[in-house]
Amino acid sequence: MKYLHLVLANLGRHKLRTVLTILSVALALFLFASLRSVVTTLAASAQFGGARRLVTLNATGLVFPLPLAYANRIKALPGVRGLSWANWFGGRYGDGKVFFANFAVDPESYLAMYPEIVLPPDQKDAFIHDRASAIIGKRLLSQFGWKLGQDVTLQGTIFPGDWTFTIRGVYTPTDPAIGDDVLIFHHALFDERIGRAGIAGWYIVEIDDPANAAPIAKSIDDMFRNSSSPTKTGTEREFQASFATMWGNVSFLMGTIGLAVVFAILLVTANAMMMNARERTGEVAVLKTIGFSDRLLFTLVMVEAGTMALTGAVLGLGFAKVLFKATNFNGMGFLPGFDVTTGTILLGGAVAIGLMLASGLFPALRAARLPVIQALRHVE
Amino acid sequence: MALVEIRDVHKSFQRDTQRIDVFTGLTLDIDAGSFTALMGPSGSGKSTLLNLIAGLDRPTRGVVRVGGAEVSAMTPGQLAAWRARNIGFVFQSFNLLPVLTAYQNVELPLLLTNLSGKDRDGRVRLALDVVGLSDRADHYPRQLSGGQEQRTAIARAIVADPTVMLLDEPTGQLDAKSSQEVLSLLQRLNNEFSKTIVIVTHDAHAAERAKSVLHLEKGDLIEKRQAAVAGR
Repeated sequence: MKYLHLVLANLGRHKLRTVLTILSVALALFLFASLRSVVTTLAASAQFGGARRLVTLNATGLVFPLPLAYANRIKALPGVRGLSWANWFGGRYGDGKVFFANFAVDPESYLAMYPEIVLPPDQKDAFIHDRASAIIGKRLLSQFGWKLGQDVTLQGTIFPGDWTFTIRGVYTPTDPAIGDDVLIFHHALFDERIGRAGIAGWYIVEIDDPANAAPIAKSIDDMFRNSSSPTKTGTEREFQASFATMWGNVSFLMGTIGLAVVFAILLVTANAMMMNARERTGEVAVLKTIGFSDRLLFTLVMVEAGTMALTGAVLGLGFAKVLFKATNFNGMGFLPGFDVTTGTILLGGAVAIGLMLASGLFPALRAARLPVIQALRHVE
Repeated sequence: MALVEIRDVHKSFQRDTQRIDVFTGLTLDIDAGSFTALMGPSGSGKSTLLNLIAGLDRPTRGVVRVGGAEVSAMTPGQLAAWRARNIGFVFQSFNLLPVLTAYQNVELPLLLTNLSGKDRDGRVRLALDVVGLSDRADHYPRQLSGGQEQRTAIARAIVADPTVMLLDEPTGQLDAKSSQEVLSLLQRLNNEFSKTIVIVTHDAHAAERAKSVLHLEKGDLIEKRQAAVAGR
């Protein structure tokens, strides 16, 4: 502690340089935390899915629907305890300018299938019994200032026209991967408005035992193999993971950009530290003459580098944590549950320590190893 | 009694392909409580001798002993600790750390000791008082005159109560008045506090203040005489 004022005085020697270096580190770690949080959020959403839930899609692809008539046949299979279905709607709000996820579901079976969607019982009842109603995630309520009982109109994109729903409930997801910015409305209304097409985007199948997932999935797919709409059934986790893979090799890209940014900032920080060290060659000589040991000088330079790196880390990582939390960031609905996790903060801290070692090591060694007589030539 | 013993010291430097012999068997004693001026032309080895006594440089051959400790045989780590306790060094160009106040500059050698903050404070204030700069404790070097800077450097050199004070051209960058102040201070430190002082100087007036004068030429001690004889 008795050397603290010496470290602080040296950091204050070129205040602008020190501030800019700290801000560089802060920016690097902010970007690192942001990019890594995209990766961890995608990974978390790929892990989402109840062990007892299967998802059945059209084998050709998600954009191709399945006949609603499949419902009773799937429900009749041994091991199937429940069934629900949903259809992606893709409506936009505010004259078609604002996008958030919205889809049509069979309310009663869907809410029974997803206990992660929590809303008050009276709101749940009101939703189930009003075909023209919808429930929304709590984020939409705060984002648009909507109120219970208010009519909200979406502009259909896949299914044209103005679609007006009365908000009957506001849910809170217990699993962030569900997303709190989704509008859910009645599949019956959807089916009616598009002309009784009798289609479902996908089925959600509740099974009695996770161990039976593979044989039940095979039974479903076998049942419709020779129909006009063959199916592809898998666990809900596989379904979510297939969405994650739609992002391509995002994780690799984000990781690479993150590393490149950190490396670039490392060079900036190392350069600043080297400039500090070079400018102070004479002072190092004086301190050595006074009796400061090589080890002590090495430590002091490393502490300086560490102070800059860790201050930048606290600023950058703290800002990322607070900013995304305060703004409820979710990547326009594509990254539900986006959060800078404790793991990311700890990893960011480790990056900062690495930055400190990498940027401080060379100038610290230089100060420690500098022959005092050679250094004194800078003095005289 | 000899506080500093130089025994058959050889020192040579390599400059490109040329070998330069500064000392070839120098032997000399400096007594405890003495005030010695080292004089001689540039390149005669004055500063090199100072560096050898301070343990900042090593002889190519021979022995340097200060207070009974064989400086020339110490490791770099031992030397740093030894210097902190035994050497007070003053440079021609003051060399105060510009980011520290006069107080903080003087305190630097004490940071290497186990003294408490209170004890350090007492000794720093005493040292500043001795050099007459109590009222400049919170001033940064840029806010001090050249003479005040050098007095601060002297306070830094004496604050840890070293065995010997070594000064390399301490008045070289000062005007006449400031030089006299600094030299008077050194005389006082020697007379009142019995500090052993070795000063390198080109200035005959500065040498007059010393009790003995050593003349070096091309690494050889060509003359040693009492200051009174040297031309007071």
